[in-house]
Order: sequence, then C-alpha cells, then structure tokens
Amino acid sequence: MDFSFSDEQTELRQAVRQTLGRACPTSALRDFYEANAERRAALAHDRWNAFAALGAPGLLVPESADGLGLNDVDLVGVLEEAGWAALPEPLLETAGLAAPMLAALLPAASAATALGALLTGNAPVAVGGIDIGVAGPSSPTTVAADGMLRTERVVGARDAAVYLMACRDPDSGWQLHAVPAAVCAVHTTPTLDAARDLSTVHWPLSSDTLLAYGVAAEASISLMADRGAAGSAAFLVGLADRMITLAADYAKDRHQFGKPIGSFQAVKHLLANARVKLEFARPATYRAAWSLATAQPTVSHDASMAKAMASDAADLAARVALQVHGAIGYTWECDLHFFMKRTWALSAAWGNAATHRQLVLAQARRPHRSKG
Amino acid sequence: MLPPPVGGAAETLAFGPAVCQIRGGMDLTFDAAHEAFRTEARAWLAAHVPAEPLPSLDTASGFEAHRAWEATLFADQWSVVSWPTEYGGRNLGIMEWLIFEEEYYRARAPTRVSQNGIFLLAPTMLEYGTPAQKQRFLTPMASGEEIWCQGWSEPDAGSDLAGIRARAVRNGSGDGWVLTGQKTWASRGAFAEWCFGIFRTDPEAERHRGLTYFLIAMDSPGVTVRPIPQIDGETGFAEIFFDEVTVPDAQVLGDVGAGWSVAMSTAGSERGLSLRSPARYTEAAARLIELFDQHGRPHMSADAVARAYIDAEAYKLHTYWTATKVARGHAVGPEASCNKIFWSETDVAIHETALALLGPRAELLEAGSPGAWLDGYLFALAGPIYAGTNEIQRNVVAERLLGLPRG
Repeated sequence: MDFSFSDEQTELRQAVRQTLGRACPTSALRDFYEANAERRAALAHDRWNAFAALGAPGLLVPESADGLGLNDVDLVGVLEEAGWAALPEPLLETAGLAAPMLAALLPAASAATALGALLTGNAPVAVGGIDIGVAGPSSPTTVAADGMLRTERVVGARDAAVYLMACRDPDSGWQLHAVPAAVCAVHTTPTLDAARDLSTVHWPLSSDTLLAYGVAAEASISLMADRGAAGSAAFLVGLADRMITLAADYAKDRHQFGKPIGSFQAVKHLLANARVKLEFARPATYRAAWSLATAQPTVSHDASMAKAMASDAADLAARVALQVHGAIGYTWECDLHFFMKRTWALSAAWGNAATHRQLVLAQARRPHRSKG
Repeated sequence: MLPPPVGGAAETLAFGPAVCQIRGGMDLTFDAAHEAFRTEARAWLAAHVPAEPLPSLDTASGFEAHRAWEATLFADQWSVVSWPTEYGGRNLGIMEWLIFEEEYYRARAPTRVSQNGIFLLAPTMLEYGTPAQKQRFLTPMASGEEIWCQGWSEPDAGSDLAGIRARAVRNGSGDGWVLTGQKTWASRGAFAEWCFGIFRTDPEAERHRGLTYFLIAMDSPGVTVRPIPQIDGETGFAEIFFDEVTVPDAQVLGDVGAGWSVAMSTAGSERGLSLRSPARYTEAAARLIELFDQHGRPHMSADAVARAYIDAEAYKLHTYWTATKVARGHAVGPEASCNKIFWSETDVAIHETALALLGPRAELLEAGSPGAWLDGYLFALAGPIYAGTNEIQRNVVAERLLGLPRG
C-alpha cells in the first residue's frame, strides 16, 4: 500500500502548471471568450502547441508507438492542472480517450493515420457519440435525413483533424470510427461556456474509417466511458480547487463592517464545507486513475465513484465561490465565471453525480475486502 | 440501421492487464505480509469474538464484560498492535493497524472500552511521557486493567476549551499539586480508574497559556464522580469534581505550563487517524446496503444509500492517503479537521438512511435491527459535537487550510 505520487509525477505536474501559467492565464481565457473566430483559432493553435511540446497528447501512448509510455496515474495530475487553468482545448479527449484507444487499435490502418496526426502535435482529436446513463454507456448518434450519421455534442471538433466517433445499432452493437475532419459537416453549437467547443457533426459511415466493432468496440466504449468519467473528475477537482482559492483570496481582501469578510464564521463555514468535499474527492479521483492504469476489475466502480464525488465537490465549490464573491462574482468582469461555467458543463458531462451514484450502488454489493 | 462492418477493424481485443506498467509510486494493494497479517487477525477474531453482543458498556456489568474482552485481546497481543512490544503491542505500522481495524469491525467485535486511553492518551504519552510514566501506565492501559476517562471540558469551557478554570497549585511539601475544580462530559467517567485532564497552573496566564496536563487516579481523596444519564438513559459520561486532590509531580505529562500543546497533540490524534478508523463506516455502509436489499431496494432511498456507501469508501481512501504520509514520517496536519467533519457527518447520514428504510419500525427498541440502527443513530448524533464541535473544526479548516483571518 503506497497511496502517493512519485517524484517524477510531481515534477510532471509542476511542469504542466508552469506551462499553463504562461499559456493559459485568466487573461488568455478572457481573450479567448471575446475574440472572433479567426483569432480564437490562432490562440487555440498556439496553446495546443505549447502543450504538445511537453508530449502531453501522447502521454498514454506506448513508447513503441512513439508516445511517452506513461499511464493514468501520470495523467491525473496533468488533467487536474488543466482544470485549475480551465484549459479550453480537448486535452482529456485527445490524450485521455483518443490516444490510448488509437494505440490499442493500431493494426487498423485508420488508427495508424489518426495516431500519427495526433502525435505530431498539430491538432487535437475530437471525440463524440458516447453518453453515460444509469444503464451504462449509450450513444446519441442517429441517422440524419441526408443518410449521414449525426452526432451532437462532439467535443473539440473546431480545431481537430480527426474525429473519434461512436455509434450503436440496436442489432449489431457498437462501432468506433476515426473520421477525417475533411469528410464531416460541422455545426458549432453555442454553449454557456464560450471556451468549450461543442458541435453537431454529420459524418459518413464507412468501412474505411472503422476502428472496432462488436466485442472490441464494446470493450473500447466501456474503457472510454470509464476514462471519460475519471478524467473529467480530475478536471473538476482542479476547477474546485481553483474556485475555492479564488474565493478565499477574495474573502481575505474584501472588507465589510471594517473587517475582511473571511473573518466572519458565516463565510468561513461556507468555504470550509467546500474544502472538505474537495479533500475527499481527491483520493477517490486518484484511486480511479490507479485502477485504470492497472486494469483493476473494479475500474468502472472506481471511475463512477470519482465522478460522483468530483462533480458534487466542484458544484458546491462553484456555488460557494459565487456566494462569497457576492455581486462582483455575478459579473462578466470577474474571472470566476470561466471556472463556474466549465464546472457546470463537466459536472453533467460523462454522467452526472446522481447517475454515477446509481452506477456505484449497482456494483457495491460485492465487497472487495482485501483491495484498496 | 448500420451496415455490417468489414475491412481491417478489430472485432476482438484484449485490454488487460494494463497497457502500461506503473513506474514506482502508487500501489493500492496490500503486499503478501499484510495479507498474511489480515488472515491471522481474521482467524483470531473468528475464534474469539463473543457470539452474542456484550451488554452496554455504560452499565456496571457491561463495563466489566468489556474490560474482560480487553484482557482477551491483550493476552494474544491484539489489543494495541502498533505499540512497542514492551507495552504489549506488536511494534507494527499504521497500515497493519488499519488492517486490524478493518477485520475488527468486519467481525463485529465489541466496542473498545479502553479507547480513551489507547487511542487518545497513549499517542501523547508515547511522545511526551517520561520512561517511568510509560512503564507505569501503558501496559495496564493496553490490558484493560486500568480504564481512562478524559477530563477536558468544563461547564464553562466546551468549544472554548482555553477558558479552563479548574486549577492546580503547588502543595505544601513542594513535590506535587493540589487540584480543584469541575470537569464534565467525561466519557467512561462513571467507571474509569484514571483520568487525564488539563488544569490551570498559572492563574495569571491568559487563555491557552499556563495550563498543565495531569494524570489523576480516580480513587484519590477529594475526587467525586456524578454520572450523567445520556439521551438513552444510560450513564455514558460523568461530571468529575476535584476538591483539593493531591497529585504527585510524577503524574504531570509534559512540561508544567505546556498543557495546551500537549493536549493539542491528543486532539490531533482524535480528529486525525486514531479515533475513528474507516472500517467502522465501511462496515456500517455494507450493513446499510443489506438493509436496502431486504427492503426491496426502494427507489426513494437509492440516492441516500449510494451517498452513504460512497462517503464511507471515500473516508477509507483518504485514510490510506494520510496513512501513506504518516508512514513516511510526515505529520497529519490541519487536514485532520476535514476528517472529523467528514466521518461524523457520514456516520449520521448512514444511520438516518437506515432509519428511513425502516420507516415506522425505526422507533422499536427490540434487540438486533431495528434497535441496533437506533442505538447507532443516537451514538452518531454525538459525533458532530464531541472531539471539538464541527463548527470549531470548520473554523480550523478555514483558518489553517484556507488562510482566512481569525475572527
């Protein structure tokens, strides 16, 4: 039993924090929110390149396939840092979901092409077609009137060169495709979080893009659902930490009744409650990463538990941070809304807390007494 | 709807074992030695835990039954596994202690009547005690021969513990102290042989200065105990009156005047790792899920049951996280205040959910379920109050973890 990060993992995390401090300060988020499409594309491209220079997109890809050969326990700290910075680009989708999946499916030619594009670092990979409900993964992908497949809420389509897309047929089951951006019709969907990139994508179903079907696709989807839940949990932990820090800093600075508002118990207790929830969401999130990295039989249980706790912790942190800021927190001018909006989006994405609690409960009846 | 797949795509795929190897660092499994220890503890408990629950430890006969159980534990070195062997322990680490606790609760073994001593006083005594004090007190503490109660709170010093008024002055012969005052809410106070408490030794000093930590025999002349019936009618705690009680210098723990910092090390243990091991909650959550099943998994309780299970599991993970730090020689730190808030609220939530499942039968006091859930609920309700109220803990979290200014 050793529930801690190695020195190398701590160093990687610090390197990511430094990189994001330069590439993604809140002033950059504000620029990004307010820029036109052309400027946004340039900002996103520069930021992605800064990240790619660290090797982050290929973090989970084996060294034999030109990746860094690291694992989910390395990734979890990187995602937490991305959450702290509210990074707009689809790091979880590219590094956490697409890259290891493409590497695992490498015999397929379409996987090799897509992975090559991903590792060269020029563009992220978009991911779409998987939702998580109380019955497990399902697909929002439908057949459109034009005969193409239609998938809503695809993440990262605007800047991606390749789309990793899932669909599910009631009879033949899941299929997973790596679709070149060039053959897709993309309609960007406005969302509350203007730094988040969601689109409705129309894509042609073709055997040329097929990565996996049947049992293999089902295993891939299950793993992607677990990584989506666990990875977004890590992102939410970072967001919660940031919002609590912003609110605590504000409470030390803002004076009313001749004192900092942070000296009042009513304010202290709000922030303490948020801090306690974060304290306990963290180990659950780290355990999920370890279970993914070591392919534990409990991985789905552990990922669901992490997402349930991290969603609740970040939701409470957002609510408390807004209340502590008061009216200024309700303004466009205050940076807090960047972090709150991402929290609300990710809290609901990859299964919300209530959904994951039911998924945990369904798997909780077999006690794993001798395991962590 | 979809055409049949063709081409070079994968239809079968082996995903495990892990695509990547973990390089050092995190490992959430127990090694063979730990598992062997677990097996040994489990076998011993299976052979020795009384088949019927012991009578309440807050009755005279129940107290003695629990004391006898402590002796049984001690005889086979299971009473205090993490203590040095010279005091009856096994000199094992914190992970073994956690494993033992998991097995202890799994076996539904009796409540530890010696918990004030072994979990709260002992860590402080091991750190601050003289060799003679350790020699004198630790072994009978571990065997249950001497049970300890805690003399901290006073009628006017509860959450504001630094407002202590009970005082100690030098005796005429200059080799000890004379204690006068009143302590209250002393758990096990009705039957305990010894009391550890803090008294004001410098009447001029303010607040947390000028306090000293004493070890007091409850049969000393001048000590009067008045048991206080609790919410369930039993006398789980007591008032203790000190009327010119003489205590020799050998029974001062730590330096004279340093009582506050010595006491805070006990408080750290209490809020941190040693008072409430996670097994207590994971076992209660497992029983809650059994109850949920027995009641046909009613939809309206599903979310609360899941929350209770998840929070108990999260507390376990957080404890392993903290235990790894402790095993590497780091201090627990102010995060301990998060712990106390979390386990006490989790305990209440588990029992509230069980009572909701029991519905109109929840009020029945019959033996076994539902009575056991009701007893557990009453006990859980004390959690957010004792060991520093949760409101005080929230102040500590805000001030020491978040850096907010003192009010």
